[in-house]
Amino acid sequence: MYSRAYKAGVTIPPLLWVSVFLLVPYAILFCYSFWSVSPAQVIVHNWNLQNYLQLARNPIYLQVLFRSMRIAASVTVFALLLGYPLAYYLSFHAAKRKDLLYQLVIIPLWASYLVRGYAWKTILGSDGVLNGFLQYLHITHKPVEFFLYSPFAVIITLTHIYTPFTLLPIYASLEHIPRNLVEASHDLGSSPWSTFRRVILPLSLPGALAGATFAFVLTLGDFLAPLLVGGPSGVMISNVVVSLFGAAYNWPLGAAISFCMMLLVVTLLFVTERLEKRLAVS
Amino acid sequence: MKGGFQSRRAPLLGAYAFLVYAFLYFPIIVLVVYSFNGFGVGGFPPANWTLDWYRQLFTDGALWDAVLNSVIVAAVAVAIALGLGLPAALALDRTDFPGKALFRRLVLLPLILPGIITGLSLLMLFVAVGMKLSLVTITLGHGTALISVATTEIFAGLQKLERAQEEASLDLGANHWKTFWRVTLPNLRVSLIAAGLLIFTLSLDEIAVSFFLIGRDNTLPLEIWSRLRRGITPEINAISTLILFFSIGMILLWYRLRTRLQGAKESAAPLVPASIEGETA
Repeated sequence: MYSRAYKAGVTIPPLLWVSVFLLVPYAILFCYSFWSVSPAQVIVHNWNLQNYLQLARNPIYLQVLFRSMRIAASVTVFALLLGYPLAYYLSFHAAKRKDLLYQLVIIPLWASYLVRGYAWKTILGSDGVLNGFLQYLHITHKPVEFFLYSPFAVIITLTHIYTPFTLLPIYASLEHIPRNLVEASHDLGSSPWSTFRRVILPLSLPGALAGATFAFVLTLGDFLAPLLVGGPSGVMISNVVVSLFGAAYNWPLGAAISFCMMLLVVTLLFVTERLEKRLAVS
Repeated sequence: MKGGFQSRRAPLLGAYAFLVYAFLYFPIIVLVVYSFNGFGVGGFPPANWTLDWYRQLFTDGALWDAVLNSVIVAAVAVAIALGLGLPAALALDRTDFPGKALFRRLVLLPLILPGIITGLSLLMLFVAVGMKLSLVTITLGHGTALISVATTEIFAGLQKLERAQEEASLDLGANHWKTFWRVTLPNLRVSLIAAGLLIFTLSLDEIAVSFFLIGRDNTLPLEIWSRLRRGITPEINAISTLILFFSIGMILLWYRLRTRLQGAKESAAPLVPASIEGETA
């Protein structure tokens, strides 16, 4: 139906741009991961697997990776625990206030990451709001140090930031559940709990899975929250990459880690997408 | 049985929902309250209420330079993202070509891929071609990453479009280009404005990609970031408060436009940002 010129006109410019600014850069990243840095701090273009071998051999990288995955898993669980019930409430119980309450979720979704991260820094700090409050109530007498600069601080900050991301696909899947299914279950004598367990929960699983994937993947790659509130014990895998691209000056090794992360993320997306489809069919 | 399940009251669930909202808004409220606190960013209770931090803010030249930089970057990023997102959305909606599925994935990848990977890959590209890091590289980075948002938002708009008008235009003898300019584009106006608002807001706040592409001139988030390392004063609360209210205004405007777009046809439709839903679509 559309002319060849029209098709070319809408296809070629974005294709070209995306190739130059996404595909080529990813390819360069991949190339870098096989190179190395000479003692004179020059990047040497001899191809080998040295960087990948180093990642496999040196336990420190795996340790940080596992810590990052633990933190990402915690954030995912908390985001689901907070996001799912709220999505359920919005979809089934909010009634007339639905629109307003939905907007109240959208606002923190798109509002500045940095502003919200900074807010947690002022709350959790040793002279922060929380410590001030505890001392004001005479619950503690000197500042509690472990609030800030700990994995705990990273988890609470990122849970705050990614809960709205997790909620949205859950809410979408709940909204897509035909209401007559729910009413049929109810009319046939199911209790609200068993209606939830037998009808609503299974139908919302693809959304929950999509939400969980968002939380996990976005947390796994985060490097700003650890820098802002994490401290040495909250260092995550992306922070290692940042330092390799900065002071530690080893771009090839940093590129190898980045490529592994990318592979991990893309595999995860692929698997969860398959799972979502399967859940949606059955 | 009217309403049935839905009208059932659930006080416990309601209380839990309230607590989740409290968690989501607590840091934001603290931030705003302490921007008026004469004693600094922490402590309790806040006291010695003052507008000094805002006064300091308005005479802070470096900060306003950064604001100006950010606005320029965001404006150009909107142009890039819309300029490429519109054809990309049309291509996904209306054409078939080999590698279309791959193309869709590639365009949407920056949406879900951690910013660090997009930022670093672009950094390596710019180094490889010998381009100096500056606001230009940041703008290219934002534009590229946000094509994903533009594409999904405009794609959602295209799906709501009445094809009949375009077909009428073609039947009456207009060619595809004329139909595009006279019928498709005007009908997509609201979608484009909404997408532009969202992209502008996201670019203003963007930090993960910019972090790697920064030259000598700071954008606003990077200026704030560098100040955080030097020690914090409520002046940062004050600028954060302003950023927050600006973002909220833009987001609500975007939301209203989207509601208007979808509302007429299916008022109960879930207004999930297409950018997010598109990932699973």
